Amino acid sequence: MNFDFSDDQKFLKAEARKFLEANSPTTRVRTVLNDDATPHDAALWKAVGEQGWLGAAIPEAYGGLGLGHLELCVIAEELGRSLAPIPFASTVYFLAESVMLAGDEAQKADILPRIAAGEVIGALATSEGPGVVGPATVGATVSGGWLSGVKLPVTDGGIADLALVLAKENGQAGLYLVDLNGAGVSRETLTTLDPTRDAAKLTFKDAPAQRLGAAGEGFPLLEQVLDRAAVLLAFEQCGGADRALEMARDYALERYAFGRVIGSYQAIKHKLADMYIKNQVARSNAYYGAWALNTSAPELPVAASAARIAACEAYWYAAKENIETHGGIGFTWEMDCHLYYRRSRQLALVAGAPRVWKERLVSHLERRNAA
Amino acid sequence: MDFKDTPEEAAYRAQVRDWLTANAPKHGFPLDTSKPDYMPRAKVWQAEKAAAGYACITWPKDWGGQGGTPVQNVIYAEEEGPYQTPSALFSIGLGMCLPTVMTVADEATKTRFVGPAMRGEEIWCQLFSEPSGGSDVAAVRTRAVRSDDGSGDWIINGQKVWTTGAQFSDYGIIITRTDPDVPKHKGMTMFWVDMRDPGVEVRPIHQMSGGSKFNEVFITDVRVKDSQRLGAVGDGWKVSLVTLMNERLSVSGVRPPGWPAFLDAARATPEAMQDRALREKLADWYVQAEGLRHTRNRTMTALSKGETPGPESSIGKIVLTDYLHDLSSEAVDMLDQYGIIDDPALSPANAAPQAMWVGNPGLRLAGGTDEILRNIIAERVLGLPGDIRVDKDVAFKDMPRGR
Repeated sequence: MNFDFSDDQKFLKAEARKFLEANSPTTRVRTVLNDDATPHDAALWKAVGEQGWLGAAIPEAYGGLGLGHLELCVIAEELGRSLAPIPFASTVYFLAESVMLAGDEAQKADILPRIAAGEVIGALATSEGPGVVGPATVGATVSGGWLSGVKLPVTDGGIADLALVLAKENGQAGLYLVDLNGAGVSRETLTTLDPTRDAAKLTFKDAPAQRLGAAGEGFPLLEQVLDRAAVLLAFEQCGGADRALEMARDYALERYAFGRVIGSYQAIKHKLADMYIKNQVARSNAYYGAWALNTSAPELPVAASAARIAACEAYWYAAKENIETHGGIGFTWEMDCHLYYRRSRQLALVAGAPRVWKERLVSHLERRNAA
Repeated sequence: MDFKDTPEEAAYRAQVRDWLTANAPKHGFPLDTSKPDYMPRAKVWQAEKAAAGYACITWPKDWGGQGGTPVQNVIYAEEEGPYQTPSALFSIGLGMCLPTVMTVADEATKTRFVGPAMRGEEIWCQLFSEPSGGSDVAAVRTRAVRSDDGSGDWIINGQKVWTTGAQFSDYGIIITRTDPDVPKHKGMTMFWVDMRDPGVEVRPIHQMSGGSKFNEVFITDVRVKDSQRLGAVGDGWKVSLVTLMNERLSVSGVRPPGWPAFLDAARATPEAMQDRALREKLADWYVQAEGLRHTRNRTMTALSKGETPGPESSIGKIVLTDYLHDLSSEAVDMLDQYGIIDDPALSPANAAPQAMWVGNPGLRLAGGTDEILRNIIAERVLGLPGDIRVDKDVAFKDMPRGR
């Protein structure tokens, strides 16, 4: 049994933590939070690119480091822990992974080296309104290589260079690459529950579009992309949830009420124990997802669903109970608690809400159980 | 990252598998616990297992073990599990009592007891819990008093409760109060006792789930020699920690029932599986079950590398009992009015959900209540302070007590 990260991967994780503690303290995260004109931390984005993280899982032939997805998982955990306000998930988990999964040789050669070099910010544009994205919700259309329609919210849509857009061509859904700096694209910034991450409404009017993958394969491809992203996002969520638990624990050890530290009351102790339990359930599921992702195992859809459900639950619980443990000070803008609370929601929604993943998981289990 | 055995582990697993294939089936497991030949047949199995070196894999070779690793122990348990052997009958003795004996007893005592216990010739039980000391194990009221005849013997009087296997046991280790004038943890002493002593009376406890796995043990004027003392006078609490630590080290090879059983039961009511709320719950239970499975894999990995497992293994029992409680309750409700029937001949899945439902309250209590386990995580894993103790500096006899 070797259900753990290797020493090299653990070393990478420790280095990533050091780097992010120096380069992405919450004081820096707050500049993105407080300044509408700063949609992301551009200096951090550049530095992360210089670390080689953007191309960690991209093959060397395409300018990446050619490491595996396990390396990407440990980086993801540290990014989540530090609340890094950068378009890493959009660019790496969504765009780069999609291109590696379904891109033709020309698309790979064009896009992957630019991602690895930090020259391209990506975005995934699927939602057009309230509710779960599905065949009936796709209004965007492609005709003769020109895409038209409206997408919102698009995470990092305001700063991205290249978007992967879900649209229909001849009534069949597909994923299309659109240069957001080119003709026929307009962007409007959206306010969201998590101002430390960028989001926009994208309007396309005959924007040049290039299909990724086979015709009519939009939803099966999107599911594959989301499965892979779900695992990586789960590591970000584990990182954030663990940090929220640490904050709550540290505060419980220094705050006095009725003559004793509040961490000596069982109501607080049991709450923190529950945070720990949920975080460990999430971590163990995330590890299994990491294994499935890294080995492209047939279990990936089930493992990714379980990882995502557990991680969403753990981060939500840890983030809200961290505020509760802090009491009144935890409800202030100046205290960092709300940054984790906000990010927990952003991560829980960006790849589809947990409810949808629960249904997917059970459908998979039923098929497996029937077989 | 993978789930494979190391070459050494794979070789050990193959060796274990070969031995079990050759030796386990002829015993006709599972044995019927209600038959009079249950115990003799179980003992025959244990003797064979001991002769082959699988009874106490991690024990030193000098004491009949293999000097094996914890991983080998888990591998053996995983491979033996499907045969439904009666090995559990010997597990309290070999997992807890004898390790304590081996740690603190003199050579003569060790030589006398270790071999027969390992071979299943003698069965041991652990006499710790008392009616007034459940979670507070140290609140022991059973008294051991020096005999006034100058023999050095001790006379024990008191009552123990929730003693697993007392009805089968030949010997027990018993924690007693020898000095009520000092604070709780300081005045205790451990002994071994002969369960056949006429002063030892074992009465089965009728559980709310119907069975009688546990016992009350009444101890009346049981005389023990001073040589039956395990550890120094007043060191009973320290000695009991050796026992309890061995309990925590055990990694179970048994896989709990869970969502697959639920899906099987659900076949009787296909329309219930269309219910969105129920489907979401099923997903939640699956995530909990997988969380446990892979937490166990993380623990195994640490053992495999020769490292001490991390604290994550402490979540196991809370997660398990919590989701099984929820699962069994939903599985019963799913049948609507019919769910109240607990006849295996009539109920889907042989009434397993009903059996689980009525047994779960006990599962939550056994081996540490949910509340105590949460305290342990908060204190030992997260480093939060222990509860304020009003019993710490008070002589045991002056402690307030209720029923």
